Amino acid sequence: MLEVRNLTKTFGGLVAVNRADFTVSSGEILAVIGPNGAGKTTIFNLITGILAPDKGEIKFQNRLLNRMKPYQIARLGISRTFQNLELFRTMTVAENVMVGAYTRDTTGFIGAMLRRPGTSLQDQERYAEAVEILRGVGLADYADEQADSLPFGLQRLLEIARALASRPKLVLLDEPAAGLNASESQALVGVLRSLQEQGLTFVLVEHDMTTVMDVADRIVVLNFGSVIASGAPAEIRSNAEVIRAYLGEDEP
Amino acid sequence: MKHRNLIFFLVVLACFLALPLVIKSGYFLGILVIVGLYSIVAIGLGLLLGYAGQVSFGQAAFYGVGAYTAAILSGTYGWPPLLALAAAPVIPAAVAAVIGRPILKLRAHYLVLGTLGFGILVYILLKEAVGLTGGPSGYTGIPYFRAGGLVLNSDVQFYYLIWCLVALTLLGAWNLVNSRIGRALRALHGSELAAQTAGIDTARLKLKVFILSAFLAGLAGGLYAFYITFVSPSPFDFHASILFVLMVVVGGASTVWGPVLGAFVVVGLGEFLRWAVPLVLPKAGGEFEIIFFGAILVLVLLFRPEGLLGHRRGGRLESKVQKEAPQPCSR
Repeated sequence: MLEVRNLTKTFGGLVAVNRADFTVSSGEILAVIGPNGAGKTTIFNLITGILAPDKGEIKFQNRLLNRMKPYQIARLGISRTFQNLELFRTMTVAENVMVGAYTRDTTGFIGAMLRRPGTSLQDQERYAEAVEILRGVGLADYADEQADSLPFGLQRLLEIARALASRPKLVLLDEPAAGLNASESQALVGVLRSLQEQGLTFVLVEHDMTTVMDVADRIVVLNFGSVIASGAPAEIRSNAEVIRAYLGEDEP
Repeated sequence: MKHRNLIFFLVVLACFLALPLVIKSGYFLGILVIVGLYSIVAIGLGLLLGYAGQVSFGQAAFYGVGAYTAAILSGTYGWPPLLALAAAPVIPAAVAAVIGRPILKLRAHYLVLGTLGFGILVYILLKEAVGLTGGPSGYTGIPYFRAGGLVLNSDVQFYYLIWCLVALTLLGAWNLVNSRIGRALRALHGSELAAQTAGIDTARLKLKVFILSAFLAGLAGGLYAFYITFVSPSPFDFHASILFVLMVVVGGASTVWGPVLGAFVVVGLGEFLRWAVPLVLPKAGGEFEIIFFGAILVLVLLFRPEGLLGHRRGGRLESKVQKEAPQPCSR
């Protein structure tokens, strides 16, 4: 579904992503892990077009994403969440989700000003749908609250709900469990699993190893921008190079 | 909520229809006409500032281009006034479409400077292109506005025409902000990054609002030209641009109604000061009122940062603190 080949990105002299190679297959949950500064979020920014790669290619369903703008990539069916929450803070929870569904409607600028018949009906449908999606992540009761009134953990869930509203094929989750307590993380794993059963594909960057081991079908490990290992959770757990990257090398 | 607004809208509309029956003074009607014109400009700027989150200190330039378009087309080229009025918003909108892409790439202070520079540039053009605009002494020879057999040359007629257009503008703006596009605008104001990754072409959307704001300013300018039947560069200088921003900020940028209230406050206050300042300080010049406007802007920003009509949002500081709360860091 998603192919990343030889992907390289440097910031000045710093190589953030170095010839990274990995693929995501349809229907799987892939976790990308690695120490701080390993290039995980940079990879997300490259895939979603926020940054342009220096070298290499990113293909989604055989279409090259390299030169596309973020909104074009979103329209192909890739959505994402942000590590440092990027909610529309002054809008309600439901409205946040409705914005997520932006690409699925066609009411244009002038059409909106003239309020052609059908637009408010469409709005009502979108609202009902947003509440449904919120129910899926356990936020239905907060639909009409302002987004920034939610506690931090719930804001993370709202980001996920918003990312789902476009009916994406692939969802990138940037540290979805950060700031969540154990039971919230557990609930998150349940939500992701049930969405996976509905046919969604996920890539997630995560530090919380319990969550990663619980939810991931496959894990890609990055260190200094390069892929140093990939495989099933059990393989990764016992991989010597991964342990070295995380715990540091013994001085000889 | 929507219902209450509709009732409010109808009550206000009724008041406006009845007003000229009560007010017979040409002076006050004239002020109301100007407030109406400024309202149209300010509503457009309000969409840009409060919804798209882009500031423009060049609205007076669009207002002026609209006025001169109507003036020159009907005066020099003898276009029928209705056609000249129809062209008045189109030319500023076209100008906005051309300069919009590069200028909206600027952010924050740079956007302020960019639009300010554009405003000053247009002002100088209006002043120096003597052959076309009549230069600093102004452009005379604008015919009365006529459509069919009807000639508009009284304050009352302009009052009704202009406030009808204000109502239509409000309705259009209200529809816009309560639509998918309005949500997209508020979203891009909230987080441009997230808006883009939700599939919103934010650059294009900002450009469209910028063009709309220029269109409305141009429409008001065209009406102004036919109302006064004389245009000179001075009402379109950068002081006017600042006043437009002031109207939006004072009234509340994140509401559709706010800019109209702001237009009332700013114009009303200007007239009041023109009357009151010489009584208190007989030697004070005309520049004196700008000090009061400055003071008012500061007071509004201090005590009602969302504007007079803006929903009061307590805990602004609180939410800021939350935003900067420590988070697990990783890159």
